[in-house]
Amino acid sequence: MDRPMPPEPPAGTLGRYARQLAALVLKDLRLESRRRETLIGVLVFVLLVLALFQFALDLERDAARRLVPGLLWLTLLFAGLLALGRTFAAERDQGTLDGLLVAPLDRSALYLAKVITTVLFMGAVELVALPVFAAVFDVPLLSPGVVCTVLLGTVGFAAAGTLFAALATQTRARDVLLPLLLLPLLVPLLIAAARATDDLLAGAATPVTAPWWELLAGLSALFLGAAVLLFEALLEE
Amino acid sequence: MKEPLALADSRPSPVAAPTPSRWEALRALDPPLRLVLGALLVTMVAALYAIFVWAPTERTMGHVQRIFYVHVSLAWLSYLAFFVVFVGSLGYLWRRDERWDALARASAEIGVVFTSLFILSGALWGRPVWGTWWTWDARLTTTAILWFIYVAYLMLRAYVPEVPRAARYAAVLGIVGFLDVPIIHLSVQWWRTLHPGPTVIRTDGPQAPPEMVVTLVLASLAFGLLYLALLLVRTRLERLKDEVRHLQQALSLRGE
Repeated sequence: MDRPMPPEPPAGTLGRYARQLAALVLKDLRLESRRRETLIGVLVFVLLVLALFQFALDLERDAARRLVPGLLWLTLLFAGLLALGRTFAAERDQGTLDGLLVAPLDRSALYLAKVITTVLFMGAVELVALPVFAAVFDVPLLSPGVVCTVLLGTVGFAAAGTLFAALATQTRARDVLLPLLLLPLLVPLLIAAARATDDLLAGAATPVTAPWWELLAGLSALFLGAAVLLFEALLEE
Repeated sequence: MKEPLALADSRPSPVAAPTPSRWEALRALDPPLRLVLGALLVTMVAALYAIFVWAPTERTMGHVQRIFYVHVSLAWLSYLAFFVVFVGSLGYLWRRDERWDALARASAEIGVVFTSLFILSGALWGRPVWGTWWTWDARLTTTAILWFIYVAYLMLRAYVPEVPRAARYAAVLGIVGFLDVPIIHLSVQWWRTLHPGPTVIRTDGPQAPPEMVVTLVLASLAFGLLYLALLLVRTRLERLKDEVRHLQQALSLRGE
């Protein structure tokens, strides 16, 4: 290169990486905050699915209580699939992915930033979904244990989901492909999260739920680790 | 007039020669494949005899129990097939050599077939013995999820026709899918033991007589050779397809 490079900021590699992440996450948050189309859409979808479950299963109060963990997690799963479908929509529709690839960013930062954005987004959805479910079914979903479970599950979901969303978004039948690819892999997450929530609602102490949490954490670690290594292969041209 | 491509020369075209007979085609196969096919023939005949004639009839289940030998053989071969997909996926991402990808997609296809047969044979066995076609016990559930993952692998390849891209995407799925399998197995097992299901299934009796063990080993060997033979043939077919694709690309670049 002919021109001298601009001087590197004094902060170390971690600081630089954190700044890249922050920049990418803030970009996506800014985009979403302007339109708010995805967030409101997914929130309404959650309420709609809740109603549909009620109609399809014809639940009475007491019978429903047993089903709440499963219903909650299925709802979050479907809502999450919708959200993931939109993750790379901006990059795809406006062709900005090339710009991101050319920018002096770590490829893994692209992935992690999207994971963080997805977790924040799903967190906002869960902030509404949990109280609504708790109210409609009269179950104590706002306990620290359940919130912890929801958080762990969200991280695992975002980790695997972002990887496969990046893959599916570049194919022809992306709406069909994403669930096909993601859902079988997320079965352990669904089982662990639903069972842990179930145990917590039944009033179990931590030792009973701890194995499920460990499984969720392990799954998240697996997906994050594998994705950071494999993400680059998805973006090549 | 354009000069014709210099692919054929003045000697008689090979297309005019008669098609080789089946024997000639078989003898023209390369030695490793011929060896595997020969061993396959021998062991499969022996295994079928052992399964249907030689092995003792089980006391409680009767002749239906003989499906067990096929069922269990298919089981470990399904897992082996998906391990090979994992290895092929790793190899492809590491070396970017299409031959690894050919191995992966061949094994995925065979794996899906074997898994489907595994599930079907289990259902056929389960119906007369336990009165139900399906149950959500740990092993069946894990197998079902495995089936879904590798069917998704095949669908991914179908939806992405361009091979280098499809190979990369499929490799990612092949790796993540395989790494997820132990966790799937663990979660399903905890699910089933912490919340026990309606039936507890035991696939082996208290003490299996030695004839049964021998039959099982023989059957496993026979199906293992079947997998190997199918893998060799299928991988070669995929490699030939790749070669045809390269030739077509080269031809179109030359400008028709």
